[in-house]
Amino acid sequence: MKYVDEFRDGARARTIAARIHAELDSARRYSFMEFCGGHTHAISHYGISDLLPPQVHMIHGPGCPVCVLPIGRIDLAIGLALERRVILCTYGDTMRVPASEGLSLIKAKARGADIRMVYSAADALATAKANPDREVVFLAIGFETTTPPTALVVRQAQADGLRNFSVLCCHVLTPSAITHILESPEVRRFGTVPIDGFIGPAHVSIVIGSAPYEHFAEEYRKPVVIAGFEPLDVMQAILMLVRQVNDGRAEVENEFVRAVTRDGNAVAQAQVAEVFELRPSFEWRGLGEVPYSALRIRDRYREFDAEARFGLAYRPVPDNKACECGAILRGVKKPTDCKLFGTVCTPETPMGSCMVSSEGACAAHYTYRRFRDIDVKVA
Amino acid sequence: MCLAIPARVTEILEDGRAIVDLGGVRRPISLALVEDCRIGDYVIVHVGYALGKLDAEEAERTLALFSGLDADAAGPAADAMRAA
Amino acid sequence: MDSAVKPHYVRPLDLKRGRIDMSHGAGGRASAQLVRELFAPAFDNPFLGEGNDGARLPAAAGRLVIATDAHVVSPLFFPGGDIGCLSVHGTVNDVAVMGATPLYLSASFILEEGLALADLKRIVDSMAGAAREAGVAIVTGDTKVVERGKGDGVFISTTGVGVLPDGRDIGGANARAGDAILVSGTIGDHGVAILSMRESLAFETEIRSDTAALNGLIAGALAAAPGLRVLRDPTRGGLATTLNEIASQSGVGMLIDESAIPVRPQVAAACEFLGLDPLYVANEGKVVAICAAADASAVLAAMHAHPLGRDACRIGNVTVDAHRFVQMQTRFGGRRVVDWLAGEQLPRIC
Repeated sequence: MKYVDEFRDGARARTIAARIHAELDSARRYSFMEFCGGHTHAISHYGISDLLPPQVHMIHGPGCPVCVLPIGRIDLAIGLALERRVILCTYGDTMRVPASEGLSLIKAKARGADIRMVYSAADALATAKANPDREVVFLAIGFETTTPPTALVVRQAQADGLRNFSVLCCHVLTPSAITHILESPEVRRFGTVPIDGFIGPAHVSIVIGSAPYEHFAEEYRKPVVIAGFEPLDVMQAILMLVRQVNDGRAEVENEFVRAVTRDGNAVAQAQVAEVFELRPSFEWRGLGEVPYSALRIRDRYREFDAEARFGLAYRPVPDNKACECGAILRGVKKPTDCKLFGTVCTPETPMGSCMVSSEGACAAHYTYRRFRDIDVKVA
Repeated sequence: MCLAIPARVTEILEDGRAIVDLGGVRRPISLALVEDCRIGDYVIVHVGYALGKLDAEEAERTLALFSGLDADAAGPAADAMRAA
Repeated sequence: MDSAVKPHYVRPLDLKRGRIDMSHGAGGRASAQLVRELFAPAFDNPFLGEGNDGARLPAAAGRLVIATDAHVVSPLFFPGGDIGCLSVHGTVNDVAVMGATPLYLSASFILEEGLALADLKRIVDSMAGAAREAGVAIVTGDTKVVERGKGDGVFISTTGVGVLPDGRDIGGANARAGDAILVSGTIGDHGVAILSMRESLAFETEIRSDTAALNGLIAGALAAAPGLRVLRDPTRGGLATTLNEIASQSGVGMLIDESAIPVRPQVAAACEFLGLDPLYVANEGKVVAICAAADASAVLAAMHAHPLGRDACRIGNVTVDAHRFVQMQTRFGGRRVVDWLAGEQLPRIC
């Protein structure tokens, strides 16, 4: 696969790793947060930590839209399917997220809810057209990457005069989440979680561009390197962050130049601005209420807003008391710090969202790295 | 987040969609978010939509940077990354 | 009372335009006609010809092995095969990986009211061809019909009986540290072929299911290395699940090399599009073999000599590991655990 395989090449990985080893200041520790769940997955899946020097420490950030989806939002979706008998269309990622009363979307399906997995927002629209006598709701999750497709289908629904289609909008925004982490007491004042820099999301940045991150570099004096999705991209970004830290710089750099520009995708941004507006506040699982961090559907598209159409009232639901998802999402604790990790909470029986999504810090650690916690002999 | 992959445009369809090819597997996707797409272009595909184009020259330069053909923290590829 | 015009006339099944209806499952004339005109001629063997409720089989020299499998695949027809041949291959393979020679199959059909007889004939003919190729006979069976909406066209359940020569012990608990782990060919083909039929995925590929009877390939491997320890076919859950099962049963660990695992480029690409890992995608014509390291080249040579084993290769070794982890050296140079599948592998956007 062109432009994929070359960016997974082991020989080039060793070259970059050697440079990181050569250039870092062995007397200090470097802590970088990879914001995006896709990067968390890449780091675990390819075993990138094995190639990094021990002084470089990766902290997994909350850039996993499934992980930060609060229980209350899933409850709304389940309610629509079980009680209001809608056809609920959702991406595969959300199917197993645990919600209230021991339910999840996949469990609600077993109880008779008409829940259908889709691969694209367009599929949800097609489902509405194919079932004119049923209400169809699309559970729209995702960061800025996934939002433009949702905007397009809402506009298409309006253009086609669809009367049975709406969207339960749970789209969230990256810069706000990064701000929230940087504003958290642990980071800002106590320095308990020293974050020396960020690896910025790959595909979110294709849409929003690199400009929005300049704020973090200036305001918080933290370097940001936007990295592509492949393991070589991540390693190169780590090298660039090490260099910035060594040089005392706090700039926005773009490793993913082959796809990301400073201004991003204007067409996509325009579509989103046409359909959505900022919510003053939105609950993020583990982070609590975060201001201006999420989107809702504008009034002119009200009939396609499931919350308006069905008169939904959001009820926040607290996480299991022992669940450390919140602290883990903020990078303050590690999966192994959670009492439930690996025992009560496993990918098969997840208690919190960090374990459900394959990009969640807990799932990634459990699935790929828990052997590191134990002394294992290879004969 | 966001599982997105680069794929090559092999055919432009009439309804604003295109057929793309990744490693011999072909799929129709929407071009509604990308302007000026031509056969042979590489696009980044996410949930059935092209999000942007992949700049093939920049890709080659990035790979050269990794391989050490642009070994120092200087050179055109590294400069492009810093200009952000 | 017989007609004077055409005594003993029974209108034959309309195999072109007819459909299964509830009478075909009632056990009366319609059921008998289905067997007589569709199943029996296709499966054609003396056991079935006796027309009894069961089949009387000759005594066997050796221990008996029995295996069963139900097939609920949708769609019924896919690139490279169909539910019919799949149901034969699956059970033949389950018997063969025990080290036994598969001999007889039973086949039970649950037909949905409305199933086209033309489709059923296609499926039955495919089963007959698969059985002939594998050298097994379908000696007994059953049909039931369920109402429209209560079945996916057809469900087929097959049970296979085979003979295991004395002295042979193949089983998931036999792997030992130092053993070689071999796989007979490319992984992920079947699962991708099935997924390519899902309309909403809309992807085009030349990938065909690898569904095949492996008894010939396995017999060759056993002849080359009688001391072969483990054989298993990586069906649902893929190669990763099979390796974890064996590691768990044997109380060992494994270390495999990602760059050694054969995956067709189009399978890799399709998995990339959907966010799936080929290690967890189903196969229906591949076998995992574990043998003493010294036997590895002989087993590989035997597999290479067989049409189904041309891409056979060694993918790793069995290790000492009380935690029974299956670990993989990634192509990238790192190491990670290849865990059990958690729930169903669902295509991701993230």
